[in-house]
Amino acid sequence: METSQKIATREGYGKALLDLGKINPNVVVVDADLGDSTKAEHFGKQFPERFFTAGIAEQDMIGIAAGLSVSGKIPYASTFAIFSERAFEFVRNVVARNKLNVKITGSHAGITTGEDGKSAQAIEDIAIYRSLPNMVVLQPSDAVECEKMVFALAGYHGPSYMRVHRTAFPVIHGSDYKFEMGKGEVLRQGKDAAIFASGTMVHESLKAAAILKNENIDAYVANIHTIKPIDEKLIIELARKTNCVITAEDHNVIGGLGSAVAEVLGENYPCIMKRIGMQDKFGESGKPEELYKKYGLDAESIAEEAMKFVKKK
Amino acid sequence: MPKKDLIHELKQKAKGFRKEIIDLVFKAQSGHPGGSLSEIDMLTALYFHRLKIDPKNPKWEDRDRFILSKGHASPGLYVVLADKGYFPKSELDGFRKINRMLQGHPELSTPGIDFAGGSLGQGLSFAVGIALALKLDKKNSRVYAMIGDGESQEGAIWEASMAAAFHKLDNLIAILDKNQVQETGKTKDVMDIGDVVGKWKAFGWNVIEINGHDMGQIVGALDKSSKNRNGKPTMIVSNTIKGKGVSFMELNYKFHGKAPNEEEYKKAMEEIEKIDVKKFK
Repeated sequence: METSQKIATREGYGKALLDLGKINPNVVVVDADLGDSTKAEHFGKQFPERFFTAGIAEQDMIGIAAGLSVSGKIPYASTFAIFSERAFEFVRNVVARNKLNVKITGSHAGITTGEDGKSAQAIEDIAIYRSLPNMVVLQPSDAVECEKMVFALAGYHGPSYMRVHRTAFPVIHGSDYKFEMGKGEVLRQGKDAAIFASGTMVHESLKAAAILKNENIDAYVANIHTIKPIDEKLIIELARKTNCVITAEDHNVIGGLGSAVAEVLGENYPCIMKRIGMQDKFGESGKPEELYKKYGLDAESIAEEAMKFVKKK
Repeated sequence: MPKKDLIHELKQKAKGFRKEIIDLVFKAQSGHPGGSLSEIDMLTALYFHRLKIDPKNPKWEDRDRFILSKGHASPGLYVVLADKGYFPKSELDGFRKINRMLQGHPELSTPGIDFAGGSLGQGLSFAVGIALALKLDKKNSRVYAMIGDGESQEGAIWEASMAAAFHKLDNLIAILDKNQVQETGKTKDVMDIGDVVGKWKAFGWNVIEINGHDMGQIVGALDKSSKNRNGKPTMIVSNTIKGKGVSFMELNYKFHGKAPNEEEYKKAMEEIEKIDVKKFK
């Protein structure tokens, strides 16, 4: 299943929108002058009459998408994750409050956005969107999973936020992969520890698990592609089996995946856990791999933290 | 109906609605009377003359849409919708009360409501989205969106203004209820919005300026804008008076979001009763 091909999740978004547009005439796209980066432009070139530009005006983009959604359209509104946050109160009061069928995609999320620096690196988007009633929050781990998500969202009536990434990572899912919203995917079996990861950190976690194996530590790696509603059953089950829970996310450790897992465990199976992610710090300019190393998000850092943690158990 | 009779009938209707607005806000001891009284003549003309709607089928696909972007002025809209039969008049007693339908600010779950306002500056973008969808579906329905002058301080209004002209939405008619007063004072003192006629023209809109309490002018502006096919959206700058019809509420910012007490209630009802619709404007 594992291939050496590297594709960014945003490429999956662009491809899926185009494919979806061909079979569903109700699909429309609203863009805020970043279609070349989010890859929504593929849809725009093929279906210009269903591709609406709001200009560099994210609030307007969300308001327009909401108006389209109450008129029987299925709008995908995409921009950078960070700029979607400018429209947060539109998302809250127009989209989420009314449970409108608007699909928001935030691209270039996390510190793999790299050279653009901290202004462009959204590390709080999951936290803010997760706090909204009615919102579904998704983060694909590869381009194939992203494509499946785009299609799944078209069949789901309600607001969503999907977080995609700039940098190419390996494709780990085959074209026959069946994405199921709300259900975590165990990518690697284990017994000593359970790593819950999302997005790009799924790849770092798989590599970390391979390093841990050399130290005779068998770690589960679970891909938590749906951060809300989160797969409580899987989280509790793997916590019971291992009593050693680690979360890995390219996001602030406050409010993201780590918090979501902690909420589940705190109420159901209290145990000590370790949250790997941005430690309440903003990023900086640099190459994605340099940044992952510096901020402790690379496979080696995850393995090192996991080893310390397992030994304490 | 001859135009003269129509105007007279609409004026009578609006007079009745003014009483209902005061009654609604008084009973709830909460709500926004000022902006409801300024908008009510326009709402009356829209709902009893202009809008293509079917209260028995609120979600009718081919209906015209009315977007109340200044959602706090819900009392004005609620009394009109109840009169049109979207919901029983008995619901008006539940305004702003727990477990009842009529929320402080409109919700889409209420029959007849096409936009859930409450946060200023959001309705015009929403209206642009609907207007785009109507064009895409080649439907002749129109979207009417009412914004406030205080609300025009929100940047998002101008984002939507630019987009509506850019996308050539001549099926969109915006109405500026320019009632001159906002929560903490006169709009010109809080943040002057300046030459709005010039601004909307510069943004690429048709602009019609009227006295928003003169029913003849209101009907004329709505009829004219509803025939428009020139590739431009239309803005009706409706010059109004906040609290119109109740002397002590007129241009008084204290009645932006405050209910009258018992004494004020009685006085307001008496004043409205005395309105001579022939002279009212």
